[in-house]
Amino acid sequence: MTPNYYIVLSALLFTIGAVGVLVRRNAIVLFMCVELMLNATNLALVTFARVHGNLDGQVMAFFVMVVAAAEVVVGLAIIVTIFRSRRSASVDEASLLKY
Amino acid sequence: MNGLIALVPIPTPNMDLGQIAPLEIVFGAALISVLVEAFVRREGRRRVQLVLVFASLIAAVAALVGLAGTRTLTAQASVAVDGPALFMQGTVLLLAIVGALLIAERSIDPAGDAFAPRASALPGGREERELTAAGWSQTEVWPLFLFCVGGMLLFPASNDLLTMFVALEVLSLPLYLLAGLARRRRLLSQEASLKYFLLGAFSSAFFLFGTAMLYGFAGTFSLGGIADALSGNAGDNGLVMLGVALLAVGLLFKVAAVPFHQWTPDVYQGAPTPITAFMATCVKVAAFGALLRVMYVALGGVRWDWQPMLWIIAIITMLVGVIVAIAQTDIKRMLAYSSIAHAGFILLGVIAVSEAGIASTMFYLAAYGFATLGAFAVVSLVRDSSGEATHLSQWAGLGKRSPVVAGIFTLFLLAFAGIPLTSGFTSKFAVFSAAIAGGATPVVIVAVFASVISAFFYARIIVLMFFAEPAEEGPRVVLPSAFTALALAIGVAVTVLLGVLPQPLLNLAQQAGIFLR
Repeated sequence: MTPNYYIVLSALLFTIGAVGVLVRRNAIVLFMCVELMLNATNLALVTFARVHGNLDGQVMAFFVMVVAAAEVVVGLAIIVTIFRSRRSASVDEASLLKY
Repeated sequence: MNGLIALVPIPTPNMDLGQIAPLEIVFGAALISVLVEAFVRREGRRRVQLVLVFASLIAAVAALVGLAGTRTLTAQASVAVDGPALFMQGTVLLLAIVGALLIAERSIDPAGDAFAPRASALPGGREERELTAAGWSQTEVWPLFLFCVGGMLLFPASNDLLTMFVALEVLSLPLYLLAGLARRRRLLSQEASLKYFLLGAFSSAFFLFGTAMLYGFAGTFSLGGIADALSGNAGDNGLVMLGVALLAVGLLFKVAAVPFHQWTPDVYQGAPTPITAFMATCVKVAAFGALLRVMYVALGGVRWDWQPMLWIIAIITMLVGVIVAIAQTDIKRMLAYSSIAHAGFILLGVIAVSEAGIASTMFYLAAYGFATLGAFAVVSLVRDSSGEATHLSQWAGLGKRSPVVAGIFTLFLLAFAGIPLTSGFTSKFAVFSAAIAGGATPVVIVAVFASVISAFFYARIIVLMFFAEPAEEGPRVVLPSAFTALALAIGVAVTVLLGVLPQPLLNLAQQAGIFLR
């Protein structure tokens, strides 16, 4: 088994997520891209746990899942509130604060 | 190798509950606070919450004083109880007490406290009007506040990257919500909350990927273990460099260093002012505590690789902070850029990589924290009919109308500028001398230059307050209740005291010593 492939895949997914956050406009899609970054990290953690033969990385992956779930709760609450008051989830339209 | 995983016996966790007493008290109070929301009648909730919050914070301070001098690792070596951790925790707790005084204030705004009566009600809608008329207030702020403080206590004390990540999220998630709860200008507040959340989640993903890379290199999350792995292996370090860089992005985002500062002005301006005050001070303390610990304990072996990077970041942080602050027309945004510039000054203490660097950083954080809390408390007092009057033109002639408030604000501005006999001078002097001793003289030269520029825009506001003619329909200064008055008094007292008599706190910071591995 070559762990390198998994690390490369994880880095690719992380990059796709990061680029997605930078170029997409819808808050929900942005948020999904952040989740993609977190899950890419999980893949790297589990792969490294296999490489090192200890469980720390897998334990961390569980923590990341829990934190990601908590983040979904908070994030969706904020996005839904914004959507209700503006009828739009576009991050370009949330531009009252600038300069 | 892989088949052996299942055979490793699970060790009994070693956990001395007494050594993490401040954390237990604050998190325990946070849980009780959630129950209070569920079971206590609406009329009595505020009183119960206030008693709970202040009692728990003061009890946590007392527990912390009892721990003074302890140097040990606890909770399976995932939490460090050492001098710097205790000092940072003490600073966070004291600042949180003053911040809680500001949050508890409700006689400034005629409608009640600074928070929306119900976060889900549409801004400007019928439900909001009815709830405001009925005098509803949102006590859910308090459990969020306590969880946030708990996360801040854990963040600078965490001795492995897993604990640090969890603490980072525990302190961030409540703050995202708190930023969106303002009673006035709710669209701005919600926008601030969205921006803070999206960028905060983005940066914690970077922190996490950096953690994964360092784990890939060292095979452990413990800061000491990473340091051991680094000292044993000087060659192959692509993973390390990637890990250090990504980890630093996550932490520098929290301290609001350029180029990861974009969220700061928007969030500081949009969030309710008491929350801004709390966030501008306590987050900075906790995040610098964590940054220092990661850089000194885990990554001390590769300091020649990260020091130049932090040099550059410190320089651009100071310069961007002070130069953009000159152009601001909103007082809260101006204070936000000033806080960015201060993050640059505090970074000087980090790049010194010495015991003096740790001590001066901690002293700076305490001094800066109390002055900032006071400054935002003053901002919350200057109001017109639509809420806080934050535009700079509205502050013209404030000194003629209410000399005491303008005088207090002047004191805080002088402290930010680093004028002698205020805490700002002592703290700047401490970090500058530590950085020079650490060989960062070029950065200190830039820092002195930046201080001069910053003095310009602080002085401009003082001139505006005292020598400009007041506008006809200007804002008025509201007489606060005992909460804000006490917070202001503490801010003024600490700012003057640390300027005139800094030695006791400096000694305490120096005695706190170095990080435990």
